[in-house]
Amino acid sequence: MGAVSPTAIAVSAGILGGVGLLFAALIALVHRKFRVWEDPRIDVVAALLPGANCGACGQPGCRAFAEKAVAGALAPAQCTVASPDVRADIAAYLGVDVGQATQRVARLLCAGGTDTAPDRADYRGLATCRAAAAVAGGHKGCVWGCLNLGDCAVACTFDAIRMNAVGLPVVIPEKCTACGDCVRACPKDLFLVMPMEQKLLVQCKSLLEGEAAERLCRVACNACGKCVLDAAPGVIEIKRGLAVIDYAKNELAGPEATRRCPTGAIVWVEGAQFAPAAAAGAGRRPLEEVPA
Amino acid sequence: MWRHLKFRHGVHPPTLKELTAGVPIRRVPYPDEIVLPLRQHTGKPARLVVKAGDRVERGDPVAEADGYVSTPIHASAAGTVREIGLWPHPDGSYAQAVRITVDPYSPQAARPRLVPDWSRLGPADLIEAIRQAGVVGLGGAAFPTHVKLAPPKDVRIDTILVNGCECEPYLTTDHRTMVEYPERVHLGLRIMMRCLGVSRAVVGIERNKPDALEAIRAAVPKDLDVSVHDLEVKYPQGAEKMLIKSLLGREVPSGKLPLHVGVVVQNVASAATIAEVFDTGLPLIERIVTVTGRGVRRPANLIVPVGMKLRDLLEACGGLTEDAREVVFGGPMMGLAQAHLDTPLVKGTTGVVVLSAAEVRPQVSYPCIRCGHCLDACPVFLNPQLLGQLAQKERWDEMEANHLADCMLCGCCGYTCPSNIPLPQLFALAKGALRQRQAAA
Repeated sequence: MGAVSPTAIAVSAGILGGVGLLFAALIALVHRKFRVWEDPRIDVVAALLPGANCGACGQPGCRAFAEKAVAGALAPAQCTVASPDVRADIAAYLGVDVGQATQRVARLLCAGGTDTAPDRADYRGLATCRAAAAVAGGHKGCVWGCLNLGDCAVACTFDAIRMNAVGLPVVIPEKCTACGDCVRACPKDLFLVMPMEQKLLVQCKSLLEGEAAERLCRVACNACGKCVLDAAPGVIEIKRGLAVIDYAKNELAGPEATRRCPTGAIVWVEGAQFAPAAAAGAGRRPLEEVPA
Repeated sequence: MWRHLKFRHGVHPPTLKELTAGVPIRRVPYPDEIVLPLRQHTGKPARLVVKAGDRVERGDPVAEADGYVSTPIHASAAGTVREIGLWPHPDGSYAQAVRITVDPYSPQAARPRLVPDWSRLGPADLIEAIRQAGVVGLGGAAFPTHVKLAPPKDVRIDTILVNGCECEPYLTTDHRTMVEYPERVHLGLRIMMRCLGVSRAVVGIERNKPDALEAIRAAVPKDLDVSVHDLEVKYPQGAEKMLIKSLLGREVPSGKLPLHVGVVVQNVASAATIAEVFDTGLPLIERIVTVTGRGVRRPANLIVPVGMKLRDLLEACGGLTEDAREVVFGGPMMGLAQAHLDTPLVKGTTGVVVLSAAEVRPQVSYPCIRCGHCLDACPVFLNPQLLGQLAQKERWDEMEANHLADCMLCGCCGYTCPSNIPLPQLFALAKGALRQRQAAA
């Protein structure tokens, strides 16, 4: 093989360089013609947001929230996950007001812990609520009630749910972002995401009435109707064995409705719903530890 | 021609039928109260036609069929409707049910009624009479019989199979029916053959019931093309698709029904019930139930009015022993564990098995060691090991792609698993999740 002539090197370099220039020009042209202008502030706001993509704000993710916030459609306060400092930072950067957002929190419509609602069966399968519910509705005597195995605590990304000593999930309002993951995790459909100022709550979903309901759970709503009489007219009514609160009339609701409740099913909640959580790790037992 | 006579895979659990196999069927005394849930069959729940305070005679309808895949429900004893409301249901939930206080002074005779002469009726009238009588498949699934007897016009049925396998351990309902009422089985079969317009019928019975085989063989009518075959004792021999494979060598394709291969399968107890409908004119208000297991004092085969509460039935059998631990409706492989002694027996309840503490296996579960026992056991050739791992990760879509829909939850995989992995429960869970999503979509 002979030596490569300098001319050949020059020609090939020229061809390569020419092709490169041609495509560079093409790219530049296309960039000019089809460029979509994006507000550079979106990237900045998106970087400030927590990046949890939890969906609590109602947007598909944090970037979508950033787009809406920059456009002025959403106030920074509507990101419930961000700390007040971060919200203030975003507001300052965008030069807008932080805004007001009603704090919402997940509430459990059941108060049947292992101390108040007895089991009807000895369940020995997989230790998740969903699996237990698939076996004839689960081991809990009340088929509508909480199964106490803590699928919600596992589903919660924000560590806002801890199982307490009697197997009830305690939602910590300060940590709850109202993302709704627990609502989807609960096979008994017991969680409801609601504004914090809705403090009157019926913690029961049992459709049974009277003694039949109380036999299954000491804190069940037995549909006696005393709360209906005690509350302002129209706030509460009895429907299908349950007291149902009309939250459209929430400003009329007060703690007086709970005073004569014989079972304590209707409550006035300030802060968390149940007694504080036990040490971490309570609740769901790993399969290996299920006693024979 | 009968070279096949077997299906591949399956398991061999102890049959444990000796407790009741030789016990003649007797009638159970009427309880004080019966409870009739409105949902006792596959399909839409029945629609109420009575109200609290009404007097009903034995055999009177309390609810009518609501749509085509639904059946009416009849009072199984004379008495007064006490209440209509929520009551524990065998599936574990609370469901709408009619509570009837049984009249202790009633002779429990049915209202005089016209008994249709089956030999003068055409297929359409026969099917209508069966529908009116509320007959469902008595093998456990309780699928309305009239729907099975009226296949769509574009499929041709050439054979009717009668299922006398009773492959579930403990149960002897079908066994005793065949031994004591072989003529009824054949009369019911004759009526069903007329409904479907088929000339060939095959009866399949597991080999561990020689007396039933003999009785059914001896009673075969001369003018009908009915052949009776003994089959290997293997679970789930009595599953529709396994039975078709064993008796005819035909394989029901994935996602299809037996009628797509020209076959209709009926349980022997259903056949006997149809015969009774045209014999007495009474609808399906009582059925034969095996009450058995080491946890019950006097195991028995009983004629039980539909809607009798578990508590009353167990009392009639001498009550529970000290070490009774679990009460199951149906057999121990596929049956449903019960949580309430107030739960009523329904049309589809084949038996009540009371397991003792020694029989309830401690459920310590270990990791999968990929031994492949479950693959060798699965009668529909799935890969339970893979499906189980997907289920634990909640990957429902991949499970669907791996033919979860073909799983009939027979429990063979869980039975053979040396690691005690609750595979059938995982599959039931996945099926539930997929159903839920389908309903939401």
